[in-house]
Amino acid sequence: VHPASPESVDVTTAAPVAVDAHPATWRRPALFGSRGRQRLAVLAAVLYLAWSLIDLDIDFARVLAGFPRAVDILVRMVPPDFSRRELLVNGMLESVQMALAATLAGALLAVPLALAAAGNLAPRPVYLAARGFIVLGRTLHEVIIAIFFVKLFGFGAVAGLLTLAFASAIFLSKMLAEDIENVRLGQVEAVRATGAGFGQVVVYAIVPQVLPRAMGVLIYRLDANVRHSTVIGIVGAGGIGQTLSASFSRYDYDFSAAILLSIIALVALGEWLSDWVRRRLR
Amino acid sequence: MSDAVAAPGAAARHPRVWRRRSRRASLLAWLWTAILAAAAAWSVSALDIEWAFFADAHEQAADLATRMWPPRWSYLPRVVGPLIETIHIATVGTAIAVVFSVPVAFLAARNTTANGFTWAIGRALLVGSRSVNTVIWGLIFVAIFGPGPVAGIAAVAARSVGFLAKLVAEAIEEADRGQVEAIEAVGASTAQVYLVGILPQVMPVLIGTTVYRWDINVRESSVLGFVGAGGIGIHLYASINQFAWQQVLIVLLAILAVVIVSEAVSARIRSRLS
Repeated sequence: VHPASPESVDVTTAAPVAVDAHPATWRRPALFGSRGRQRLAVLAAVLYLAWSLIDLDIDFARVLAGFPRAVDILVRMVPPDFSRRELLVNGMLESVQMALAATLAGALLAVPLALAAAGNLAPRPVYLAARGFIVLGRTLHEVIIAIFFVKLFGFGAVAGLLTLAFASAIFLSKMLAEDIENVRLGQVEAVRATGAGFGQVVVYAIVPQVLPRAMGVLIYRLDANVRHSTVIGIVGAGGIGQTLSASFSRYDYDFSAAILLSIIALVALGEWLSDWVRRRLR
Repeated sequence: MSDAVAAPGAAARHPRVWRRRSRRASLLAWLWTAILAAAAAWSVSALDIEWAFFADAHEQAADLATRMWPPRWSYLPRVVGPLIETIHIATVGTAIAVVFSVPVAFLAARNTTANGFTWAIGRALLVGSRSVNTVIWGLIFVAIFGPGPVAGIAAVAARSVGFLAKLVAEAIEEADRGQVEAIEAVGASTAQVYLVGILPQVMPVLIGTTVYRWDINVRESSVLGFVGAGGIGIHLYASINQFAWQQVLIVLLAILAVVIVSEAVSARIRSRLS
């Protein structure tokens, strides 16, 4: 190995050198095209940070007081209290059930919506209406949707199920519509040339092309629904989130820790399972 | 599911009728469908659904819609401040996450982590951060910092670290060895190799992912107020609890506008990056 000369090692804090005079030391290339622009970007970032900190009116004394409290909460979280197993298992089970049922309900709802939102199949007005609906539905957070379903159907798992089904239908139909739009037209024409109607074209030319990817997306959504099912309970839409929220408001931190660990385990397992299935589908 | 693949046995016998799947494949497809249907049936029956609620749901929904109309435009100026706070929470939270995600990514990437133990720590941080939803992080940080935007910022940062670090760690594992070896050959220390040999290679991924996560975070921040972690969510929650439905519509429209704009901005920046 060559002994390094001091200049070449000093790459991180290179001295400023005039650009036109063949620099003797190497300088890290600028991030945003030129040095001037990089400086401008850094300046803008600093200014923004200053503005946001002033605007947010942060009470730093309170933030500092939070750190000992965090330690206190952590200490009270150890050891996690798994003794109320029934409450924990029921909540987790309810979350999984909501996720499962919602994924399938969402898939059923997504099929007509996707057909309507596919530019190459649906008439223009139908297409625009479906796309508009999808954009609106995607924008609102699941928790916002959940709070409306809670208002309509009361507290409990039904509101959660409907929330997740709605969100799944929107997500799945968006993905499915894009797949349908990317379908190879040759097969569609071939089936159409045999005199097939709209339904037969869908079944024999489009479904076989989009099904493998759609299954992958469906599994992905199931995984996503398991994640979301753990949070919509915060507004009373059932599942483990409701149990977690209650335990926090009772300062029951050792039980909260048990719930959090269970959620992490469930989500990690779901993600691993979904990855495994999708790898096999490919 | 491999459709359209004819079984070898069927091809040899020259079937008279065309079938999309072999007997085995179609049996498997039916089996999977049956398992899924059974799982769904089990879930629905276990959830104890009160079907009576569905009977008048459409009336309730129509009632809600009429109560929301017309939107109370006079409320709009009052949501501007909380909207800006929402964006601040998302932006500052994302910025903090970027700072923390780089070391976590180096820890969680197989080729840059020090040993099996540090790798396990990195992976545990990724899984822990990503598995807990932003709103649940909000619940935790409200207990720590008290209600307000600080808890929201911490929640956004806590959730985003894992998201960013996971993708950056994958990019680090796929980084070009040649550049790393070149930097090593001039006698650079490990830190210098990471900083000069690897970080520039993963920079596009880091920036692209950050911008993408930022627009997700704007959406997430819109509900952080539900658990008291600042932003517009508290106004939505309060308006709903006061049955001030015309106010609710204003807040919803405001959230809609901010989320759509931030998504468009993020998509534009990302398309210019690539």
